[in-house]
Order: sequence, then C-alpha cells, then structure tokens
Amino acid sequence: MQLFSKSLNKLPIIAGVIGALVGPVVILGVWYYVTPKNFQVGYAPTQPVPYSHRLHVGQMGMDCRYCHSNVEKSAKAMIPPTQTCMGCHAMIRTDSAKLAPVRKSWETGKPVEWVHIHKLPDHVYFNHSVHVAVGVGCKTCHGRIDQMEIVRADQPLSMGWCLDCHRDYKPNLRPKGEVTNMNWTPEMAAGWAPPDNLNPPTHCSGCHR
Amino acid sequence: MSSVNLPIKSIGETPLTAEGTTFRSITETVSRVTENPAPRGWWIAFLMASSFLGIMTMAIGYLFWMGVGVWGNNAPVYWAWDITNFVWWIGIGHAGTLISAVLFLFRQKWRTAINRFAEAMTIFAVICALVFPGIHVGRAWLAYYMFPLPNEMSIWPNFKSPLIWDIFAVSTYATVSTLFWFVGLIPDLATLRDRAKSPLRRKIYGALALGWRGSNRAWQNYERAYLILAALSTPLVLSVHSVVSFDFATSLIPGWHTTIFPPYFVAGAVFSGFAMVMTLMLVTRAVYGVRSIVMMKHLELMNKIMLTTGSLVGYAYGMEFFIAWYSGDQYEQWLFFHNRASLDGPFSWAYWIMISCNVLSPQVFWFKKMRTSIPVMFVVSILINIGMWFERFVIIVTSLHRDFLPSSWGYYKPTLIDIFTYLGTLGLFFTLFLLFIRWIPMVAISEVKGVLPEADPHHDAHASHDESHEDGHDEAVGTPAIVAAEAEE
Repeated sequence: MQLFSKSLNKLPIIAGVIGALVGPVVILGVWYYVTPKNFQVGYAPTQPVPYSHRLHVGQMGMDCRYCHSNVEKSAKAMIPPTQTCMGCHAMIRTDSAKLAPVRKSWETGKPVEWVHIHKLPDHVYFNHSVHVAVGVGCKTCHGRIDQMEIVRADQPLSMGWCLDCHRDYKPNLRPKGEVTNMNWTPEMAAGWAPPDNLNPPTHCSGCHR
Repeated sequence: MSSVNLPIKSIGETPLTAEGTTFRSITETVSRVTENPAPRGWWIAFLMASSFLGIMTMAIGYLFWMGVGVWGNNAPVYWAWDITNFVWWIGIGHAGTLISAVLFLFRQKWRTAINRFAEAMTIFAVICALVFPGIHVGRAWLAYYMFPLPNEMSIWPNFKSPLIWDIFAVSTYATVSTLFWFVGLIPDLATLRDRAKSPLRRKIYGALALGWRGSNRAWQNYERAYLILAALSTPLVLSVHSVVSFDFATSLIPGWHTTIFPPYFVAGAVFSGFAMVMTLMLVTRAVYGVRSIVMMKHLELMNKIMLTTGSLVGYAYGMEFFIAWYSGDQYEQWLFFHNRASLDGPFSWAYWIMISCNVLSPQVFWFKKMRTSIPVMFVVSILINIGMWFERFVIIVTSLHRDFLPSSWGYYKPTLIDIFTYLGTLGLFFTLFLLFIRWIPMVAISEVKGVLPEADPHHDAHASHDESHEDGHDEAVGTPAIVAAEAEE
C-alpha cells in the first residue's frame, strides 16, 4: 500500500541538508552580527546640553584633562561637574539658550543628567588611569572626539575587542606625552619604541573581580 | 553446519524463547500492547509519573527564579545532589549500550529479549542526567557557555578541563544511543504500520518506519548499519563514564584524586544500569505478560552480570583503602579511614548504606535459588539502585565537606527543592518510559524472531528438528524473508 506520495522521497535529503545548515548558520550569524560592533558603535544619544567637542577640543584646542581631570588618577575619567563648565561660562555666553540647563544646575545644585555612552557591564573593572599611564591614547578607544559635534561610540568595547589589544598591545601605544593628542600618528614618533614588559592581563580576574 | 542460534544441548543450554513461541505469537504479544487501549494501571502510573514531572518543573522554575541558593549546596560542598543525580542517571544509562552493542558484538543472543527495553531506558536516563548540568550552573540561560561556540567575547571553554570532555562524551553518547535505538526500531515500526487499522496510525508509524519493506537488500543494508553502529557505540560504554570520572579524578581533592576511578566508574555504571533494567523489567513483564519472551533464563543471566560488576565495585572500594594506606598520604588516609569508614565520620551512615547495598546485597546471587527468585531479585535490584546513588553521594559530598582548611569545614543537608528536583527526574524518567511502553514495541520483535530455531537457515541433516515446530516453518528460510512474509499478512 502506498502511504505517502512519491514526491516525499526527496524529503529526507532536503530535511537533512536544512537541518545540517541551520545550526551552523545560526551560530555564525550570532557570532558575526550580535555583537557590540553592531549595536554599540554609532550610539549617539541626545544630551541635555548640546555640548560640542568639535568646538571645544577641535577648534579651541582644550586638553581632554581640563574637564576629565581624574583620568590620570582614578578608574573613572569623570564627567565634569557643573562648576567646571561655569568656570568659563560664568563670563562667556552667559545668556546662551543652549546653556540654560547648566545655569539651572548651577543655581539649584542639581547635576546635569548627561547620558552615559561608553557603558561597560557591572562585572568589568576598567581603569582609565593605568591605560593612560602606559600610553594608550584617548583616541584609541574614543575615536576622533575633536571632530564630533555629538559624541558617538566609536569602538565596540566588547570583551573580544579588549582582549585583542591585551594580547598585542604595541600597535595601540604612543609616547606618554601624546596620550591626549588627537592628531597623533605613529609616523610622528620615529625612533620611539613601545615598551616590551607591560604584560597586560588576559586572565579572568584581570578585569572581572 | 551447526548454527549460533541453536542451543548447545551438551552443555545444558535451552532455547532462548519459551516452548511454543512462534513468529506469530511474538508479533502478537509485543504489538498488541501498543494497539489495545492502555490498561487502568498504566493510566494510574502515568498520572503519578507526570505529577512528579510537574513537581520537577516547578522545582526547577523556582530554582531559576531564586538562584542556586535554594539548594543545600554551600561552601565547602559546592557539588551535592545535583552532580550526584547526574552521575547516577548517566550510570543507569550504561546498561542499554552494553546490552545492545557489546553483547551484540559478542554474539550473546539472549540480549534480544531485553535490548529494546534497556536501550529505551538508556536514552531516558541520559535525558534525566542532562537536566542537571543544565540547571546547576547558576545562570541557566548562560548554559550554552558549556559548548565551544565562537563569540565576540573571545572566550572558549577550557579544553584542558574534564568538564568540557564531559559535554562531548555525554552528548556523543546521547546521539549515538538514540540513533542506535531508532535504527533497531525500524523493522518493528514497519510491523506496527502494517498492522495498523486507522489511517493516522498507519501514517505515523509509516513515516517513522522510513519506507521499510523488508526486502532482502534492505535487510542486508540494515544489518550492516546495525553492526557499524554497534561497533561505534562499544567504545562509548567505556569512554563515557571514564570521562565522567575524570571530573573527579583530575582534581586534587582526597577521595577524588584516584587513578582507579575510570574502570571503577564503568563497572558501577553497568552495575546500576542492569539493576534499573531489572527493576523495570520485572514489573513490565508481570503486567504485560511477556514472560514467554523475557524468560527466567534472561533474568538469571542479568543477575550474574550484577554479581560480577557488584563484586568489581567492591574490589574498587577495597582498593581505595589499600592505596590510601599504601600511598602514605595522610589526607587520603584520614578521608577513607576516619571520614568515611569510621563511625565518627559525619557521613559514615551513607558510606555503610553504600557498602551494604552495593557489595553485600548482590552476593546472594551466588546461589541459584536466589538468582531465580523474582522477589529476591526485585528487592536486590532496588537496593542496588539505592546503593549506587549513595556511592555518588559518598564520593562527592564526603570528599568535599572536609577540605584542607578545617576552618571551612561544613555539613551538607539537602533542601526540599533538592528532594523535589530528584524525585521529579524520576517522574520525567517514568513518564517517558510509560509513553515508550504504550507506543513503541518494547521487545525487539524482529531480533527475537531471529533467535527462534525456525529462523535458522541450514542445509545439514534434520537432526536438530526433533524440537517442536508448531507453526510448521520447516523450510530453510532466514528471518528477513519471514518477517517480510508476515508483514504482508
């Protein structure tokens, strides 16, 4: 007795091929696409104050450390307090509408609520000071901040991305004096060689504690 | 030309099936279980089993919601009932492959009566075992970290760790035993298809039978495939539990760090697997009346295997003590002599339950009277199941609860959730098992037919034909042709 139509004879082959492909395709797809490289890079939220790094850093030439003053000393680079802004803006553009939230914060004592862009998971203990101290440039992780009107995430900050550098750090180091220089290129340090003895950690507790 | 199928009368062998068994009676006995409505007892058992399955689901749901703190595991006993249950279930899963693959290669024809049953039990036990590695990881939704999948974090499992070997060993075992079981089922599913009355039933069994027609060529390919799968699964009988034992043996904890573990675990696994087959077989045999196929002879042979493996396990227990003494390692000596065996040890009760159930109870099988007594073998098989659970508990918990730092010593007590999860996996096991009995031929019909005297093709004088041949198949024909002929009925 013929229970099934003849056309079903191909079914095992088709099902076998599809079954063999689905797993690898899903895994490769997740591996390639579901990463911070696709979901984090380019994140540029609207901030409460339309602060322009392009103006302050690129055109006026302010040093990163004028505002992010803890970057050499502590784990956090620090978002500047309202007082830092008011150091200049108490006298410059005192009636600018764009600066209204800053003046309000100055009067009320309530900090401006900047939107956090470079977020790491809670179980990652990243330390700015050690990276700056060995000569990792600001640009390496944050990109050309001096050209950004609105700050956007430039690098994925994923674990694999961190490990790439920890395993081969030399291409990402520069002389310590050039850390905040946005225009620095390796050609500008002819004759300078990165140190051989840094041994950045690649074990779990190097970053997870 | 004499045949491997025929009993050798001069050494007292008797046929592997009961007097009066015919091709037809085998098909009838086995198939009608799946065709007649389920008896009331089946429904009661199924209801109970699925209730326990529900309890397991709730216990695991609660665990996921609350975290592993709902279990009794805590420093220094980081592994407790979870891994005990895992190893226990994996061990039980060993009888199936041993019976189906190793005994097949050794031409132990008596296996045909119990192999389907044991293989099904293997698969269900492996499913129960696989529950535990998945839920014991704390954050179960990250359990896929156990597999070496490429990811943007650039993290891989530690290939030097036996835990990853374990993943490969157990998943290979699950795959190969399922494949083996299914290949063995194909001719029998075709029998059910051909007997089916309703079109739906015919379609379902027809799809599962993969278009089996019982032709000579199909049988040739089939038997070759079965042989290859048997050869593939044979090393797994030894490898899986060896690798499970590496989880312990490669660590430095006294009581775990032992070279005897791989063979000792394999012997224990076969031991517990046979005990579980025995427990289930005795009940099923009584309920469904397959006594003519699963005879006392088979049960007795299984008891002999249990006596052998039980004594092997007993030897391993003894050898652990010898090595503890002989090595001069004071930590190991303290663990074995004080912590486990001496009544001062907080878990010595578990140790002595293990010894009495695993080493002492199977010794009754030295006596033929005991080997052939159904109540005795039923009680002993249950004692062995209990004893083998305690063996894993003793290995895991007594070794951990007194580690090198007396300041961190502790005691382990299971919580209700531990107990519910364990009982729940029994529910999962029996639910699957009852479904199997209900829907799938529980005895390998075609293989049992193959060991009937009538199935023996021979051209010599009809000297062996003084046996009774009820159904008149006097012609020299092989099993395949007969099964095919019967499928046409």
